[in-house]
Order: sequence, then structure tokens, then C-alpha cells
Amino acid sequence: MTDKLLKTENVHLYYGENEALHGINLDYDQYGITALIGPSGSGKSTYLRALNRMHDLQDNVTVNGTFMFKGRDMYAPDMDTVELRKQIGMVFQQPNPFPFSIYDNVAFGLRISGEKNKAVLDEKVETSLKQAAVWDEVKDDLHKSALSLSGGQQQRVSIARALATEPEILLLDEPTAALDPVSSHKVENTLMALRDQYTMIIVTHSMSQASRISDRTAFFMNGNLVEVNTTKQMFLNPVEKETQDYISGRFG
Amino acid sequence: MRRMYDEELADLDTSFKEMGLLVSETLEKSVQAFLDHDRESAQEIIDNDKAINEREIAIEKKSFEMIALYQPVTTDLREIVTILKAVSVLERIGDNARNIAISTIHMKGNKRVAEIEELIGREGTKVAKMVSEVLDYYVNNDVSGTEKISSEAKQVSQETNEIRNKSIKAMEDDPEIVETATDYIVVGGYLKRTADYVTDIAEWIVYKRTGKIVELNPGTSSYL
Repeated sequence: MTDKLLKTENVHLYYGENEALHGINLDYDQYGITALIGPSGSGKSTYLRALNRMHDLQDNVTVNGTFMFKGRDMYAPDMDTVELRKQIGMVFQQPNPFPFSIYDNVAFGLRISGEKNKAVLDEKVETSLKQAAVWDEVKDDLHKSALSLSGGQQQRVSIARALATEPEILLLDEPTAALDPVSSHKVENTLMALRDQYTMIIVTHSMSQASRISDRTAFFMNGNLVEVNTTKQMFLNPVEKETQDYISGRFG
Repeated sequence: MRRMYDEELADLDTSFKEMGLLVSETLEKSVQAFLDHDRESAQEIIDNDKAINEREIAIEKKSFEMIALYQPVTTDLREIVTILKAVSVLERIGDNARNIAISTIHMKGNKRVAEIEELIGREGTKVAKMVSEVLDYYVNNDVSGTEKISSEAKQVSQETNEIRNKSIKAMEDDPEIVETATDYIVVGGYLKRTADYVTDIAEWIVYKRTGKIVELNPGTSSYL
């Protein structure tokens, strides 16, 4: 694919009068993991949320700029946001399973889009849970409440739920921040296994996580994109001094 | 990322072993070329030295990357440090093989002393064997052979002395042999140094296995 899967150009975002993003330009090829790093308030999560129009739900937010997903303007008035979010899924920091069974959680998106065939649903639920590397742990308890699972399992079920609608892009907002190292490790492994089939954009505060799992790293500060490059380049020899200081843990 | 890290570490390990094999073969060839007075083969060794240096750089670069991206600790860190240290030693062994080749070319069809050349041949074969031995220990993460390596290095040191003494004697007997005999002493020195390098690698294998930094070099009679 020569064309970029997702192009964002000159992205400005305002909370009321306050400009939170000062013109971000960032493109994504198909597949692979891009990590967005930067201090709190740097705009990385704000930017991530703009990528599946999460800010639509807040009325004091203004988003300007170009967002082209597969050559289509994501913010066009006729863009169906339900359809868009099926293709650009999101996983949050806190695992957020719905208060019903594991099976129904994963099948949720498919049912919303009208899938009723039980065989199809069964198959999709199984595939998604397998992709999220949690199938073996939950396959005998699919009808147990998802809330009874451990945090790490809940997060992987959340990933499975996002995968069930066969998205092109998976947005992950600090997906392991609320998990212990063992669960984080499992989630990281899951993401690594998916990197050849999905385009993933992950916001993380863990520099070591960014360096371990991502192919590309983008460094945000004060609402600007300071630098983006291959993760190897960013962690061995970044161009900007600000990047170097942040990655080395020299804050302020 | 365990999986990723382990895979990359395995790749790095393989590159290290491959480079070790290449260096040990090159050393063997250079000793053989010296004994056969084979300038063509010596020139080939000199030309190929660049390839060994390039391998060293590639392995170092990969090690830096792995440290930056994975921040390894405990045994993982020791393994990378071992490769990083040992790879420079391997490269220096490669340089010694090249130096022997340079001596081979430098030697003009002067008079020879068969007895001394035989000594150099024996010593060279022994040192080349030590290189492949220490690589086996590395591959098997085996520290049981370190004493053997250390005592072999001591023997090599004595043999170098013998080469030196015999060369001096030959020069005293026949001034026409001076140029050749000087090369014998120099080549003996290269072999001795190579044996010391092998001991250095053995020390890093001990570090990798146990975390202890040890000194295995006998440190005797290093007049060269």
C-alpha cells in the first residue's frame, strides 16, 4: 500500500478558548505499532481521541485540520461515526468491560451492526478472544460476567471486543497503566502478535513499553509534535534535545 | 516482549558464533600460509580482514540497540555485555591473523630455519585450536574449560620464549638469518597475544555464567 492508511494534517484542537494541539502532522502506514509518548498535558491522548472522533461527545471542543482515513475525510458531515469506530477501535486505560458476560461483551459490536447468526457470532467471539490471547483462560467460562475477571483478563477481553468488528486501526490509551507487570506483559505480547494485522497507535507513559513494542515513536510536548521517527532512532539517537532529555528521564 | 528479546538475543548470539568461526578459520589459514610461504593466501587474509571488522561493528550496533530498547538486567545484561566485550577481543584476534599474513608477505625468500618454523607451526595449530575451543565453551555456556585454557596459554607463552631463544641463537650463528628470524619472533608474539585473548574470552564466559569478573591470564614472561 503506497497511500497512507491514515493521514492527519495540521490538527488544531481547542478546549473552549484554550488551544491544546498546535498543528499536528502525522501519517500512518498500514500495520505496525506507533507509540505516542510525552508528559501529561502534552496532548497525546487528546490527539488520540481525535482519531475516532471521541471529542464529538464534548460540546466545548473544536477540532480543526485534515483527517484522511483511507482517502476519506473522517470529519465529513456524512461520515457515520458508528461505522468509523468499527474501523478505528479504541481500548482505554481502565479495562471497561460491560456488566454482562464475556461472550456478550465481545459480541456487542457485531450485534449493534445487526449480526444475529449464532454460528457467525460464536466464531467471531472465539477468533477475537484468541487474537487477544485470552481465549485459553476464558473459553470454559464464556457466560460468566466479564467483571469477575482479573484486570489483565478484562483488558484483553476489551481488546477482543475492539477486534471483533474487524477494525483497521486500534487506538490504545495507556492500555497497561492499570495493570501489574505480569498482566502488562500479556497485553504487550498480545499487541506484538497483532502488529502484522492491525495498525495500532498507543499512548503510553512507559518509555520502556514504547521502546519494547513499538516500531515508531512520536514525542509530544505542550501540544506540539516534537519529533517522530523509528523507535530505534528515537531511543538511540533522537534529533531534538527535548526528546533526548525526556527519553533519558531528565525532566525540567 | 520476552519473546522478541529472546529471539533477538538468539540472533545476536548466532552472529557472534559465526564471527568466532570466521576468526578461528582465518587464524588457522594464516598460520598455514606462513608455514607454506604462501603469499597469495596471505594476501587473501589481509583483504578479508575488513569483513571481520564489519561483523564486529554490526554486532556492536545490534547490542547498543538491544540495550536501548529493552534495558536488559541480570543474566540478560551479562549476556549482552559479554558479547560486547568478547566481540572486540575476537576482532583483535582477527587483526593478529592479518599481522601474521603481513609477516608472511614481508618475508623475502631468505634463508629459513626449519626447526623454528616447525615450532611456530605447532604453536599456531595449538592457538587456533584454543580459539575454537573457547567458542565451544561460549556456545555451551560452559566454564569447566577455563583452567585448561589458562594452562594452554601458559604453554603457548613458554613456546614463544623457545621460539625467541632459538631465533636469537640462529641469528648469532648466521647473520644472514637476522631478517627471517626477526619475523619468527614477531609471529611468535602474535600467537602468544592471541592465546591471551582467548583467555580474555574465557574470563567473559565466567562473567556471563556467574557474574564474577576473574583474571585468568598467567601474566608471566610477557616480554613481547
